[in-house]
Amino acid sequence: MIEAGLKNELQKQGVYVTSLQELYNWGRANSVWPLTFGLACCAIEMMAASMARFDLARFGAEVFRPSPRQADLMIVAGTVTKKMAPLVVRLYNQMPEPKYVIAMGACAISGGPFKQGYNVLKGVDRYIPVDVAIPGCPPRPEALLHAIMTLQEKILNQKLTGPDRPRHLKAEVEGAYPVPVYGRHDLEPPNNPALWQPPAIKR
Amino acid sequence: METLEQIKARIEKSVPLTKLDILPNECPLGERSLLVEAGRAFDVAKFLRDDAQLRLDYCSNVTGVDWPETVIKTKVKKKVVVEGVEKEVEETIETLRSGHLEVVYHLYSMALKHGPIVLRLRTENRADKTHLPSLTPLWRGAEFQEREIFDLYGVIFDGHPDLRRILMWDEFVGFPMRKDYVAPDDFEYEPTPHDEVLVEAKKHYPVEVDAVAATTANNLNKESMNP
Repeated sequence: MIEAGLKNELQKQGVYVTSLQELYNWGRANSVWPLTFGLACCAIEMMAASMARFDLARFGAEVFRPSPRQADLMIVAGTVTKKMAPLVVRLYNQMPEPKYVIAMGACAISGGPFKQGYNVLKGVDRYIPVDVAIPGCPPRPEALLHAIMTLQEKILNQKLTGPDRPRHLKAEVEGAYPVPVYGRHDLEPPNNPALWQPPAIKR
Repeated sequence: METLEQIKARIEKSVPLTKLDILPNECPLGERSLLVEAGRAFDVAKFLRDDAQLRLDYCSNVTGVDWPETVIKTKVKKKVVVEGVEKEVEETIETLRSGHLEVVYHLYSMALKHGPIVLRLRTENRADKTHLPSLTPLWRGAEFQEREIFDLYGVIFDGHPDLRRILMWDEFVGFPMRKDYVAPDDFEYEPTPHDEVLVEAKKHYPVEVDAVAATTANNLNKESMNP
């Protein structure tokens, strides 16, 4: 590792020194391509964020890809119904690594106003790992921009080697997440226990 | 447009063996509707669509309604002679109204710019005789809405071209919009439950919820004491 002071000094002389990890993460963080994928009203705010007024292009994230094979980021924008949940997981599995998920709005986080209903998933984090959650109903485009910035920060701080490297760089970990199947009343299983456990209440 | 009575008379004249009822509606608009026997419903609907004076060519909306079996209480005043003195006594009469499923069609005419005519169809009961004729062959726009009613209420539309569930998945069992539908008990912790959710929460987390309710009540008391 190079010292920060020396690095600064070299930069003044016109020599830029960096690590491969930094360079790699810098490139990734500034070209996060989201999947064109909206489920409810939050998608309207997502569209607004990508338009000229809020201009998601400033963060290099304006290239909404119509195919999961070309996308890095899944913005779960809206209510995930139980009927839709297996398809969301399948789309996530089809995205190439490294991939990230933003849960946008109350419904994607927890089911929102439909939480105690029979047909809505109580949060998308039951089946896929969520990196950034944006509260709001729906969140404003600024909130989505903040989420993108938070995600960029997260990407910049990711290690490529060592024990705390991200999941996709560990060869022994299974890549795809199990897709739930439709049951008689609910999805089976109702959550992925490796990812999510019901909250424990202190009594 | 003609009055509903005139339309009813003309239908009964043109479509053989038809008996129609005009149902009142207690809402401020007072939009009355035609109750059609399930067996003749298709012919009546065809008449309404093709008749030169009506030409109801647009079915704007199809809705399901669940009417479970209920006891209706009506109060009647009665004069009774008690010990030689005539007295007025109120008496409640209980009548059992059998349950049924209802499908409501709202019909308009785009050509003649009038409407709506409200058409109501009822099934025999809510358990096994839930068949009704499909009106999709007459109004194509009714297709998905009839599928939705099949999905959520369990009305079986005979003659529908593609009767499958539309909102719930195919493996789903039950009809969630029926009044007696019991959703699976998958309650999950909520920090601030209220109303029906509070009742559910008390079942699942009895101690915790009572403690929360007590602290909020205490806080309210303190606030009211120190304004």
